[in-house]
Amino acid sequence: MAALGELAKLIRSKNAGPFNLTFDVMFDEEETYRRVVESNVLTKEVFCRLYNLAEEKVLLVHHDAARAIKISIPRPVFSCDLEDGDCYGGQQFGPLVGLEVPDA
Amino acid sequence: MEARVLSPCGVIGSGFPESSFVRGLSMKPHVIACDGGSTDNGPAFLGAGKPNFSRSATKRDLKLMLQGRDSLSVPMIVGSCGTGGGDAGLEWARDICLEIAREEGLSFNLALVHGEQDKAYLKKRYKEGRIQALDPAPPLDEDIIENSTHIVGMMGDEPIAKALDEGADVVLTGRASDTSVFACHPVRMGADRGLAWHAAKILECGAACAVHRARPDGCFAWIRDDHFVVEPLNPQMYCTPQSVASHTLYENTDPYRITEPAGVLDTTRSAYSAESERAVRVAGSEFHTAERYSIKLEGAELVGYQSVIIGGVRDPMILKQLDSWLDGIREGFETRVQEIFPDRESPPAYQLTIRVFGRDAVMGTLEPESGRIPHEVGVLFEVTAEDQVSANTMAATLAHFALHYPVPEWGGLISTLAFPFTPAELEKGPVYRFNLNHVVYPDDPYEMFPTETMEVAN
Repeated sequence: MAALGELAKLIRSKNAGPFNLTFDVMFDEEETYRRVVESNVLTKEVFCRLYNLAEEKVLLVHHDAARAIKISIPRPVFSCDLEDGDCYGGQQFGPLVGLEVPDA
Repeated sequence: MEARVLSPCGVIGSGFPESSFVRGLSMKPHVIACDGGSTDNGPAFLGAGKPNFSRSATKRDLKLMLQGRDSLSVPMIVGSCGTGGGDAGLEWARDICLEIAREEGLSFNLALVHGEQDKAYLKKRYKEGRIQALDPAPPLDEDIIENSTHIVGMMGDEPIAKALDEGADVVLTGRASDTSVFACHPVRMGADRGLAWHAAKILECGAACAVHRARPDGCFAWIRDDHFVVEPLNPQMYCTPQSVASHTLYENTDPYRITEPAGVLDTTRSAYSAESERAVRVAGSEFHTAERYSIKLEGAELVGYQSVIIGGVRDPMILKQLDSWLDGIREGFETRVQEIFPDRESPPAYQLTIRVFGRDAVMGTLEPESGRIPHEVGVLFEVTAEDQVSANTMAATLAHFALHYPVPEWGGLISTLAFPFTPAELEKGPVYRFNLNHVVYPDDPYEMFPTETMEVAN
Protein backbone atom coordinates (compact mmCIF):
# COMPACT_ATOMS: atom_id res chain seq x y z
CA MET A 1 0.00 0.00 0.00
CA ALA A 2 1.08 3.56 -0.66
CA ALA A 3 -0.62 6.91 -0.20
CA LEU A 4 -1.75 8.68 -3.37
CA GLY A 5 0.35 11.66 -2.28
CA GLU A 6 3.50 9.52 -2.34
CA LEU A 7 2.80 8.16 -5.81
CA ALA A 8 1.71 11.36 -7.53
CA LYS A 9 4.10 13.99 -8.85
CA LEU A 10 1.53 16.63 -8.02
CA ILE A 11 -1.93 16.78 -6.51
CA ARG A 12 -3.52 20.20 -6.77
CA SER A 13 -6.82 22.03 -6.81
CA LYS A 14 -7.62 25.37 -8.40
CA ASN A 15 -10.48 27.55 -9.57
CA ALA A 16 -11.55 26.95 -13.13
CA GLY A 17 -13.10 30.41 -13.22
CA PRO A 18 -14.94 31.73 -10.14
CA PHE A 19 -17.75 29.17 -10.37
CA ASN A 20 -15.98 25.83 -10.73
CA LEU A 21 -13.22 23.92 -8.97
CA THR A 22 -10.85 21.50 -10.61
CA PHE A 23 -8.52 18.84 -9.16
CA ASP A 24 -5.46 17.45 -10.95
CA VAL A 25 -3.65 14.29 -9.85
CA MET A 26 -0.52 13.93 -12.00
CA PHE A 27 2.10 11.20 -12.28
CA ASP A 28 5.66 11.04 -13.59
CA GLU A 29 5.68 7.38 -14.55
CA GLU A 30 3.27 5.73 -16.97
CA GLU A 31 3.31 2.61 -14.79
CA THR A 32 2.28 4.46 -11.63
CA TYR A 33 -0.44 6.33 -13.52
CA ARG A 34 -1.84 3.03 -14.84
CA ARG A 35 -1.59 1.41 -11.43
CA VAL A 36 -3.62 4.17 -9.81
CA VAL A 37 -6.22 4.30 -12.59
CA GLU A 38 -6.68 0.53 -12.53
CA SER A 39 -6.87 0.38 -8.74
CA ASN A 40 -10.11 2.41 -8.83
CA VAL A 41 -8.90 4.23 -5.72
CA LEU A 42 -9.95 7.54 -7.25
CA THR A 43 -13.28 7.27 -9.04
CA LYS A 44 -16.30 9.54 -9.23
CA GLU A 45 -17.93 7.47 -6.53
CA VAL A 46 -14.97 7.74 -4.14
CA PHE A 47 -14.66 11.46 -4.79
CA CYS A 48 -18.35 12.06 -4.13
CA ARG A 49 -18.25 10.11 -0.88
CA LEU A 50 -15.19 12.03 0.27
CA TYR A 51 -16.51 15.47 -0.69
CA ASN A 52 -20.17 14.82 0.05
CA LEU A 53 -21.37 15.52 -3.51
CA ALA A 54 -23.90 14.10 -5.97
CA GLU A 55 -22.26 12.17 -8.83
CA GLU A 56 -24.00 14.07 -11.62
CA LYS A 57 -22.11 17.19 -10.53
CA VAL A 58 -18.71 15.61 -11.11
CA LEU A 59 -16.65 15.41 -14.30
CA LEU A 60 -13.76 12.91 -14.13
CA VAL A 61 -11.28 12.56 -16.98
CA HIS A 62 -8.27 10.29 -17.46
CA HIS A 63 -5.79 12.36 -19.50
CA ASP A 64 -3.28 9.83 -20.79
CA ALA A 65 -0.91 12.31 -22.49
CA ALA A 66 -0.59 14.28 -19.26
CA ARG A 67 -0.67 11.07 -17.16
CA ALA A 68 -3.29 12.74 -15.02
CA ILE A 69 -6.65 12.14 -13.41
CA LYS A 70 -8.71 15.31 -13.54
CA ILE A 71 -11.89 16.03 -11.62
CA SER A 72 -14.05 19.15 -11.96
CA ILE A 73 -17.02 20.22 -9.84
CA PRO A 74 -19.20 23.30 -9.50
CA ARG A 75 -18.12 25.33 -6.47
CA PRO A 76 -20.47 24.85 -3.47
CA VAL A 77 -19.86 28.56 -2.79
CA PHE A 78 -18.72 30.89 -5.58
CA SER A 79 -15.17 32.23 -5.32
CA CYS A 80 -14.86 35.00 -2.69
CA ASP A 81 -18.55 35.06 -1.76
CA LEU A 82 -19.02 35.77 1.94
CA GLU A 83 -19.07 32.08 2.88
CA ASP A 84 -16.13 31.08 0.67
CA GLY A 85 -12.88 30.31 2.47
CA ASP A 86 -10.57 29.67 -0.48
CA CYS A 87 -10.57 32.37 -3.18
CA TYR A 88 -8.14 30.56 -5.50
CA GLY A 89 -9.50 27.11 -4.64
CA GLY A 90 -5.92 25.99 -4.08
CA GLN A 91 -6.41 24.07 -0.81
CA GLN A 92 -9.32 21.77 -1.63
CA PHE A 93 -7.31 18.67 -2.53
CA GLY A 94 -6.18 17.70 0.99
CA PRO A 95 -8.52 14.71 1.44
CA LEU A 96 -7.07 13.06 -1.70
CA VAL A 97 -3.47 12.97 -0.47
CA GLY A 98 -3.95 10.12 2.00
CA LEU A 99 -6.00 7.77 -0.23
CA GLU A 100 -4.44 4.30 0.02
CA VAL A 101 -3.41 2.68 -3.26
CA PRO A 102 -2.91 -1.11 -3.11
CA ASP A 103 0.29 -2.63 -4.52
CA ALA A 104 0.05 -3.55 -8.19
CA MET B 1 3.78 29.17 -43.12
CA GLU B 2 5.38 29.97 -39.81
CA ALA B 3 4.02 32.38 -37.19
CA ARG B 4 6.33 33.08 -34.28
CA VAL B 5 4.94 34.34 -30.98
CA LEU B 6 6.83 35.68 -27.97
CA SER B 7 5.15 35.49 -24.56
CA PRO B 8 7.38 37.26 -22.02
CA CYS B 9 5.46 36.05 -18.93
CA GLY B 10 2.10 34.76 -17.68
CA VAL B 11 0.82 38.15 -16.55
CA ILE B 12 2.17 41.63 -16.99
CA GLY B 13 3.62 42.96 -13.74
CA SER B 14 4.72 39.55 -12.49
CA GLY B 15 8.17 40.15 -13.98
CA PHE B 16 10.50 38.11 -16.17
CA PRO B 17 14.29 37.93 -16.56
CA GLU B 18 15.52 40.44 -19.13
CA SER B 19 17.93 37.79 -20.48
CA SER B 20 14.98 35.48 -21.32
CA PHE B 21 13.17 38.27 -23.11
CA VAL B 22 16.28 39.25 -25.11
CA ARG B 23 16.65 35.62 -26.14
CA GLY B 24 13.01 35.65 -27.26
CA LEU B 25 13.63 38.75 -29.38
CA SER B 26 16.60 37.03 -31.04
CA MET B 27 14.20 34.34 -32.31
CA LYS B 28 12.45 37.01 -34.41
CA PRO B 29 8.85 36.90 -33.22
CA HIS B 30 6.07 38.22 -35.47
CA VAL B 31 4.25 39.45 -32.37
CA ILE B 32 4.89 40.04 -28.65
CA ALA B 33 1.84 39.38 -26.50
CA CYS B 34 1.00 39.22 -22.83
CA ASP B 35 -2.02 38.80 -20.62
CA GLY B 36 -2.75 41.45 -18.01
CA GLY B 37 -5.61 40.12 -15.94
CA SER B 38 -7.66 37.37 -14.44
CA THR B 39 -10.65 36.64 -12.22
CA ASP B 40 -8.42 34.40 -10.16
CA ASN B 41 -7.58 36.87 -7.46
CA GLY B 42 -11.23 37.54 -6.79
CA PRO B 43 -13.90 40.14 -7.53
CA ALA B 44 -12.24 43.01 -5.63
CA PHE B 45 -10.14 44.04 -8.65
CA LEU B 46 -12.95 44.20 -11.18
CA GLY B 47 -15.29 45.58 -8.51
CA ALA B 48 -13.03 48.43 -7.43
CA GLY B 49 -11.32 48.93 -10.81
CA LYS B 50 -7.93 48.53 -9.15
CA PRO B 51 -4.99 46.54 -10.54
CA ASN B 52 -3.47 43.58 -8.71
CA PHE B 53 0.13 44.40 -9.59
CA SER B 54 1.91 47.64 -8.71
CA ARG B 55 2.39 50.45 -11.20
CA SER B 56 6.17 50.27 -10.94
CA ALA B 57 6.36 46.50 -11.53
CA THR B 58 3.99 46.84 -14.49
CA LYS B 59 5.96 49.74 -15.92
CA ARG B 60 9.19 47.74 -15.77
CA ASP B 61 7.65 44.88 -17.80
CA LEU B 62 5.90 47.19 -20.28
CA LYS B 63 9.07 49.19 -20.87
CA LEU B 64 11.06 46.12 -21.92
CA MET B 65 8.21 45.00 -24.17
CA LEU B 66 7.74 48.40 -25.83
CA GLN B 67 11.47 48.72 -26.46
CA GLY B 68 11.67 45.14 -27.78
CA ARG B 69 8.71 45.74 -30.06
CA ASP B 70 10.28 48.92 -31.34
CA SER B 71 13.60 47.20 -32.10
CA LEU B 72 11.87 44.58 -34.30
CA SER B 73 8.97 46.74 -35.59
CA VAL B 74 6.44 44.05 -34.70
CA PRO B 75 3.03 44.44 -33.04
CA MET B 76 2.61 44.15 -29.30
CA ILE B 77 -0.64 43.16 -27.59
CA VAL B 78 -1.51 43.33 -23.90
CA GLY B 79 -4.87 41.82 -22.90
CA SER B 80 -7.13 42.34 -19.88
CA CYS B 81 -5.29 45.46 -18.75
CA GLY B 82 -5.35 46.35 -15.07
CA THR B 83 -6.45 42.89 -13.85
CA GLY B 84 -10.23 43.29 -14.20
CA GLY B 85 -10.08 44.59 -17.76
CA GLY B 86 -12.54 47.45 -17.18
CA ASP B 87 -12.06 51.01 -18.46
CA ALA B 88 -10.12 52.07 -15.35
CA GLY B 89 -7.54 49.31 -15.94
CA LEU B 90 -7.24 50.13 -19.62
CA GLU B 91 -6.64 53.82 -18.89
CA TRP B 92 -4.11 52.92 -16.21
CA ALA B 93 -2.12 50.77 -18.67
CA ARG B 94 -2.43 53.44 -21.39
CA ASP B 95 -0.99 56.11 -19.10
CA ILE B 96 1.96 53.89 -18.19
CA CYS B 97 2.67 53.22 -21.88
CA LEU B 98 2.47 56.93 -22.74
CA GLU B 99 4.84 57.75 -19.89
CA ILE B 100 7.35 55.13 -21.09
CA ALA B 101 7.07 56.41 -24.67
CA ARG B 102 7.84 59.96 -23.49
CA GLU B 103 10.76 58.88 -21.33
CA GLU B 104 12.28 56.54 -23.91
CA GLY B 105 11.45 58.55 -27.04
CA LEU B 106 9.27 55.83 -28.58
CA SER B 107 6.66 56.39 -31.30
CA PHE B 108 3.85 54.03 -32.27
CA ASN B 109 0.22 53.79 -33.26
CA LEU B 110 -1.73 52.87 -30.14
CA ALA B 111 -5.14 51.18 -30.10
CA LEU B 112 -7.28 50.78 -27.00
CA VAL B 113 -9.96 48.12 -27.32
CA HIS B 114 -12.51 48.57 -24.54
CA GLY B 115 -14.01 45.59 -22.72
CA GLU B 116 -16.21 47.39 -20.18
CA GLN B 117 -19.88 46.96 -20.99
CA ASP B 118 -22.64 49.50 -21.27
CA LYS B 119 -25.48 48.60 -18.90
CA ALA B 120 -28.19 49.84 -21.29
CA TYR B 121 -26.80 47.58 -24.02
CA LEU B 122 -26.78 44.57 -21.69
CA LYS B 123 -30.33 45.23 -20.48
CA LYS B 124 -31.47 45.40 -24.10
CA ARG B 125 -29.82 42.07 -24.89
CA TYR B 126 -31.28 40.59 -21.69
CA LYS B 127 -34.80 41.62 -22.71
CA GLU B 128 -34.22 40.09 -26.13
CA GLY B 129 -33.32 36.79 -24.47
CA ARG B 130 -29.79 37.03 -25.81
CA ILE B 131 -28.06 36.62 -22.46
CA GLN B 132 -27.84 33.04 -21.32
CA ALA B 133 -26.68 31.53 -18.02
CA LEU B 134 -23.76 29.13 -17.93
CA ASP B 135 -23.77 26.35 -15.34
CA PRO B 136 -23.56 27.16 -12.47
CA ALA B 137 -24.61 30.81 -12.53
CA PRO B 138 -25.99 33.32 -10.05
CA PRO B 139 -29.50 34.65 -10.82
CA LEU B 140 -29.78 37.53 -13.30
CA ASP B 141 -32.26 40.33 -13.88
CA GLU B 142 -32.11 43.96 -14.98
CA ASP B 143 -31.53 45.19 -11.42
CA ILE B 144 -28.48 42.97 -11.09
CA ILE B 145 -27.05 44.48 -14.26
CA GLU B 146 -27.85 47.98 -12.97
CA ASN B 147 -26.36 47.36 -9.50
CA SER B 148 -23.08 45.91 -10.75
CA THR B 149 -20.11 48.17 -10.13
CA HIS B 150 -18.43 46.97 -13.35
CA ILE B 151 -19.27 44.44 -16.07
CA VAL B 152 -16.80 43.37 -18.73
CA GLY B 153 -17.13 41.19 -21.80
CA MET B 154 -14.34 38.77 -22.64
CA MET B 155 -13.40 39.69 -26.21
CA GLY B 156 -12.27 37.26 -28.88
CA ASP B 157 -9.40 37.76 -31.31
CA GLU B 158 -11.49 39.66 -33.88
CA PRO B 159 -11.56 43.18 -32.36
CA ILE B 160 -7.80 42.92 -31.70
CA ALA B 161 -7.15 41.75 -35.28
CA LYS B 162 -9.21 44.66 -36.56
CA ALA B 163 -7.07 47.12 -34.61
CA LEU B 164 -3.94 45.55 -36.13
CA ASP B 165 -5.52 45.63 -39.61
CA GLU B 166 -6.12 49.34 -39.13
CA GLY B 167 -2.44 49.95 -38.44
CA ALA B 168 -1.98 49.65 -34.68
CA ASP B 169 1.52 48.79 -33.47
CA VAL B 170 0.54 48.48 -29.82
CA VAL B 171 -2.87 47.16 -28.80
CA LEU B 172 -4.02 47.42 -25.20
CA THR B 173 -7.30 45.69 -24.49
CA GLY B 174 -9.92 45.53 -21.79
CA ARG B 175 -11.02 42.07 -20.74
CA ALA B 176 -10.03 39.56 -23.40
CA SER B 177 -9.92 35.79 -23.39
CA ASP B 178 -6.34 35.01 -22.32
CA THR B 179 -5.84 33.01 -25.51
CA SER B 180 -7.24 35.64 -27.93
CA VAL B 181 -4.26 37.86 -27.31
CA PHE B 182 -1.89 35.14 -28.55
CA ALA B 183 -4.03 33.48 -31.23
CA CYS B 184 -4.97 36.77 -32.88
CA HIS B 185 -1.87 37.53 -34.98
CA PRO B 186 -1.10 33.93 -36.07
CA VAL B 187 -4.74 33.53 -37.21
CA ARG B 188 -4.38 36.82 -39.12
CA MET B 189 -1.28 35.41 -40.79
CA GLY B 190 -3.29 32.39 -41.93
CA ALA B 191 -2.36 29.82 -39.29
CA ASP B 192 -4.57 26.80 -38.71
CA ARG B 193 -7.04 27.79 -36.00
CA GLY B 194 -6.75 24.56 -34.00
CA LEU B 195 -2.98 24.93 -33.78
CA ALA B 196 -3.05 28.69 -33.19
CA TRP B 197 -5.57 28.46 -30.33
CA HIS B 198 -3.84 25.50 -28.72
CA ALA B 199 -0.46 27.28 -28.92
CA ALA B 200 -2.18 30.34 -27.44
CA LYS B 201 -3.52 28.30 -24.55
CA ILE B 202 0.04 27.25 -23.73
CA LEU B 203 1.61 30.69 -24.31
CA GLU B 204 -0.86 32.54 -22.12
CA CYS B 205 0.78 31.32 -18.92
CA GLY B 206 4.34 32.14 -19.98
CA ALA B 207 6.73 29.46 -18.77
CA ALA B 208 4.07 27.56 -16.80
CA CYS B 209 4.28 24.75 -19.38
CA ALA B 210 7.91 24.04 -18.36
CA VAL B 211 8.72 21.13 -16.05
CA HIS B 212 10.00 23.36 -13.24
CA ARG B 213 9.04 26.98 -13.44
CA ALA B 214 11.41 28.44 -10.87
CA ARG B 215 10.09 31.99 -11.30
CA PRO B 216 7.78 33.91 -13.67
CA ASP B 217 9.35 33.65 -17.11
CA GLY B 218 8.46 33.42 -20.80
CA CYS B 219 7.79 31.04 -23.63
CA PHE B 220 8.10 31.03 -27.45
CA ALA B 221 6.00 29.26 -30.11
CA TRP B 222 6.48 28.50 -33.79
CA ILE B 223 3.12 27.79 -35.43
CA ARG B 224 3.50 25.99 -38.77
CA ASP B 225 1.24 24.30 -41.34
CA ASP B 226 0.58 21.04 -39.51
CA HIS B 227 2.11 21.45 -36.04
CA PHE B 228 3.48 23.95 -33.56
CA VAL B 229 6.55 23.91 -31.33
CA VAL B 230 6.86 25.51 -27.88
CA GLU B 231 10.02 26.20 -25.90
CA PRO B 232 10.64 28.10 -22.67
CA LEU B 233 12.76 31.24 -23.14
CA ASN B 234 15.01 30.54 -20.18
CA PRO B 235 17.75 28.05 -21.18
CA GLN B 236 17.62 26.65 -17.62
CA MET B 237 14.03 25.49 -18.17
CA TYR B 238 12.67 22.75 -20.40
CA CYS B 239 9.35 21.32 -21.60
CA THR B 240 8.44 17.67 -22.00
CA PRO B 241 5.48 16.25 -23.94
CA GLN B 242 3.86 15.53 -20.57
CA SER B 243 4.44 19.02 -19.18
CA VAL B 244 2.92 20.61 -22.29
CA ALA B 245 -0.02 18.18 -22.35
CA SER B 246 -0.60 18.90 -18.66
CA HIS B 247 -0.97 22.57 -19.31
CA THR B 248 -4.46 22.15 -20.82
CA LEU B 249 -5.52 20.86 -17.39
CA TYR B 250 -4.66 24.08 -15.62
CA GLU B 251 -7.69 26.11 -14.53
CA ASN B 252 -9.99 24.33 -16.99
CA THR B 253 -12.93 22.14 -16.15
CA ASP B 254 -12.56 20.04 -19.30
CA PRO B 255 -8.99 19.64 -20.59
CA TYR B 256 -10.12 18.48 -24.03
CA ARG B 257 -12.64 21.20 -24.85
CA ILE B 258 -11.83 24.84 -24.22
CA THR B 259 -14.55 27.32 -25.19
CA GLU B 260 -13.71 30.56 -26.98
CA PRO B 261 -16.12 33.18 -28.37
CA ALA B 262 -16.05 31.73 -31.91
CA GLY B 263 -15.99 28.06 -31.02
CA VAL B 264 -14.24 25.30 -29.13
CA LEU B 265 -10.57 24.31 -29.08
CA ASP B 266 -10.59 20.50 -29.11
CA THR B 267 -7.39 18.79 -27.95
CA THR B 268 -8.78 15.24 -27.97
CA ARG B 269 -6.59 14.29 -30.93
CA SER B 270 -3.55 16.36 -29.98
CA ALA B 271 -0.27 14.48 -30.15
CA TYR B 272 2.72 15.66 -28.13
CA SER B 273 6.32 14.72 -28.97
CA ALA B 274 9.80 15.93 -28.07
CA GLU B 275 11.22 18.34 -30.67
CA SER B 276 14.49 18.74 -28.75
CA GLU B 277 15.65 18.40 -25.16
CA ARG B 278 13.78 21.59 -24.30
CA ALA B 279 11.08 21.99 -26.96
CA VAL B 280 7.85 20.09 -27.63
CA ARG B 281 5.97 19.58 -30.90
CA VAL B 282 2.15 19.45 -30.88
CA ALA B 283 -0.05 18.33 -33.78
CA GLY B 284 -3.67 17.34 -34.34
CA SER B 285 -5.44 20.07 -32.34
CA GLU B 286 -8.76 21.19 -33.82
CA PHE B 287 -11.01 24.22 -33.65
CA HIS B 288 -14.76 23.70 -34.08
CA THR B 289 -16.68 26.83 -34.99
CA ALA B 290 -19.74 27.35 -32.78
CA GLU B 291 -23.21 27.81 -34.26
CA ARG B 292 -23.55 31.10 -32.41
CA TYR B 293 -20.82 33.54 -31.54
CA SER B 294 -20.89 34.24 -27.77
CA ILE B 295 -19.15 36.61 -25.39
CA LYS B 296 -18.70 35.67 -21.77
CA LEU B 297 -19.54 38.32 -19.18
CA GLU B 298 -17.85 38.99 -15.87
CA GLY B 299 -19.45 41.27 -13.33
CA ALA B 300 -18.85 42.40 -9.78
CA GLU B 301 -21.16 44.04 -7.26
CA LEU B 302 -20.57 45.64 -3.89
CA VAL B 303 -21.70 43.38 -1.02
CA GLY B 304 -20.92 45.81 1.79
CA TYR B 305 -18.14 46.89 4.12
CA GLN B 306 -16.37 44.61 6.52
CA SER B 307 -14.67 44.66 9.86
CA VAL B 308 -13.13 41.39 11.09
CA ILE B 309 -11.89 39.82 14.33
CA ILE B 310 -9.36 37.00 14.67
CA GLY B 311 -9.25 34.99 17.90
CA GLY B 312 -7.90 31.63 19.04
CA VAL B 313 -9.65 29.10 21.28
CA ARG B 314 -7.65 26.57 23.34
CA ASP B 315 -10.18 25.79 26.14
CA PRO B 316 -11.29 22.12 25.81
CA MET B 317 -14.65 22.98 27.41
CA ILE B 318 -15.44 25.44 24.60
CA LEU B 319 -13.96 23.23 21.88
CA LYS B 320 -16.22 20.30 22.73
CA GLN B 321 -19.31 22.52 22.25
CA LEU B 322 -17.87 24.95 19.73
CA ASP B 323 -20.90 25.12 17.43
CA SER B 324 -23.43 25.74 20.16
CA TRP B 325 -21.11 28.30 21.76
CA LEU B 326 -20.78 30.14 18.44
CA ASP B 327 -24.54 29.90 17.83
CA GLY B 328 -25.04 31.46 21.26
CA ILE B 329 -22.73 34.34 20.33
CA ARG B 330 -24.54 34.82 17.05
CA GLU B 331 -27.97 34.95 18.70
CA GLY B 332 -26.88 36.99 21.72
CA PHE B 333 -25.16 39.51 19.48
CA GLU B 334 -28.37 40.06 17.53
CA THR B 335 -29.96 41.37 20.71
CA ARG B 336 -26.85 43.31 21.75
CA VAL B 337 -26.75 45.12 18.38
CA GLN B 338 -30.17 46.65 19.13
CA GLU B 339 -28.59 48.58 22.00
CA ILE B 340 -25.59 50.14 20.31
CA PHE B 341 -27.36 52.37 17.81
CA PRO B 342 -29.60 54.44 20.11
CA ASP B 343 -29.89 57.26 17.57
CA ARG B 344 -31.38 55.00 14.92
CA GLU B 345 -34.89 53.60 14.78
CA SER B 346 -33.53 50.15 13.95
CA PRO B 347 -29.94 48.90 13.84
CA PRO B 348 -28.24 48.71 10.43
CA ALA B 349 -28.59 45.42 8.56
CA TYR B 350 -25.54 43.21 8.92
CA GLN B 351 -24.31 39.73 8.18
CA LEU B 352 -22.05 37.81 10.57
CA THR B 353 -19.84 35.13 9.01
CA ILE B 354 -17.89 32.89 11.39
CA ARG B 355 -15.08 30.63 10.15
CA VAL B 356 -13.35 28.03 12.30
CA PHE B 357 -9.75 27.51 11.20
CA GLY B 358 -8.41 24.15 12.31
CA ARG B 359 -11.73 22.52 11.50
CA ASP B 360 -13.55 23.46 8.27
CA ALA B 361 -12.70 27.08 7.43
CA VAL B 362 -10.86 26.04 4.27
CA MET B 363 -13.23 23.46 2.78
CA GLY B 364 -16.62 24.27 4.32
CA THR B 365 -19.23 21.73 3.25
CA LEU B 366 -16.63 19.77 1.25
CA GLU B 367 -14.61 18.92 4.42
CA PRO B 368 -14.84 15.20 5.28
CA GLU B 369 -13.22 15.63 8.73
CA SER B 370 -15.32 18.48 10.12
CA GLY B 371 -16.56 16.31 13.02
CA ARG B 372 -13.15 16.00 14.69
CA ILE B 373 -12.43 18.14 17.77
CA PRO B 374 -9.03 19.84 17.38
CA HIS B 375 -6.88 20.93 20.35
CA GLU B 376 -7.12 24.55 19.27
CA VAL B 377 -8.91 26.53 16.58
CA GLY B 378 -8.70 29.98 15.09
CA VAL B 379 -12.02 31.78 14.80
CA LEU B 380 -12.52 34.51 12.23
CA PHE B 381 -15.57 36.71 12.76
CA GLU B 382 -16.56 38.89 9.82
CA VAL B 383 -19.16 41.62 10.21
CA THR B 384 -20.48 42.87 6.86
CA ALA B 385 -22.68 45.97 6.88
CA GLU B 386 -23.84 48.57 4.40
CA ASP B 387 -21.29 51.15 5.53
CA GLN B 388 -17.86 51.00 7.14
CA VAL B 389 -18.74 52.92 10.30
CA SER B 390 -21.54 50.48 11.13
CA ALA B 391 -19.29 47.49 10.47
CA ASN B 392 -16.57 48.91 12.73
CA THR B 393 -19.06 49.78 15.48
CA MET B 394 -20.54 46.29 15.47
CA ALA B 395 -17.18 44.52 15.31
CA ALA B 396 -15.87 46.42 18.34
CA THR B 397 -18.92 45.35 20.33
CA LEU B 398 -18.76 41.78 19.03
CA ALA B 399 -15.12 41.39 20.07
CA HIS B 400 -15.99 42.24 23.67
CA PHE B 401 -19.26 40.27 23.62
CA ALA B 402 -17.62 37.08 22.31
CA LEU B 403 -14.57 37.43 24.58
CA HIS B 404 -16.70 36.91 27.68
CA TYR B 405 -19.45 34.69 26.26
CA PRO B 406 -19.98 31.92 28.85
CA VAL B 407 -20.14 28.12 28.74
CA PRO B 408 -22.21 26.26 31.37
CA GLU B 409 -19.24 24.25 32.74
CA TRP B 410 -17.36 27.26 34.09
CA GLY B 411 -18.70 29.39 36.99
CA GLY B 412 -17.50 33.02 36.90
CA LEU B 413 -16.27 35.42 34.23
CA ILE B 414 -14.18 33.84 31.49
CA SER B 415 -12.04 35.22 28.65
CA THR B 416 -12.60 32.90 25.76
CA LEU B 417 -10.63 34.24 22.82
CA ALA B 418 -6.89 34.69 22.38
CA PHE B 419 -6.61 37.88 20.34
CA PRO B 420 -3.30 38.35 18.54
CA PHE B 421 -3.96 42.07 18.00
CA THR B 422 -5.18 45.13 19.78
CA PRO B 423 -7.63 46.52 18.93
CA ALA B 424 -9.07 43.09 18.22
CA GLU B 425 -11.09 44.27 15.23
CA LEU B 426 -9.57 45.09 11.83
CA GLU B 427 -11.18 47.33 9.23
CA LYS B 428 -11.32 45.31 6.03
CA GLY B 429 -13.00 47.80 3.67
CA PRO B 430 -15.42 47.16 0.79
CA VAL B 431 -16.29 43.59 -0.23
CA TYR B 432 -17.38 42.55 -3.70
CA ARG B 433 -18.83 39.43 -5.26
CA PHE B 434 -18.88 38.02 -8.78
CA ASN B 435 -22.46 38.24 -9.96
CA LEU B 436 -22.38 36.95 -13.55
CA ASN B 437 -21.50 33.69 -15.24
CA HIS B 438 -23.38 34.35 -18.45
CA VAL B 439 -22.83 34.74 -22.17
CA VAL B 440 -24.20 37.32 -24.59
CA TYR B 441 -25.01 36.55 -28.22
CA PRO B 442 -24.02 39.77 -30.01
CA ASP B 443 -24.73 40.62 -33.67
CA ASP B 444 -21.02 40.48 -34.42
CA PRO B 445 -17.67 40.12 -32.60
CA TYR B 446 -17.10 43.90 -32.57
CA GLU B 447 -20.24 45.62 -31.23
CA MET B 448 -19.30 45.14 -27.56
CA PHE B 449 -15.71 46.33 -27.93
CA PRO B 450 -15.28 49.92 -29.16
CA THR B 451 -11.75 50.90 -30.17
CA GLU B 452 -9.94 54.22 -29.90
CA THR B 453 -6.68 54.89 -31.64
CA MET B 454 -3.99 57.46 -31.08
CA GLU B 455 -0.71 58.32 -32.66
CA VAL B 456 2.05 58.42 -30.08
CA ALA B 457 4.90 60.57 -31.41
CA ASN B 458 8.03 61.42 -29.45
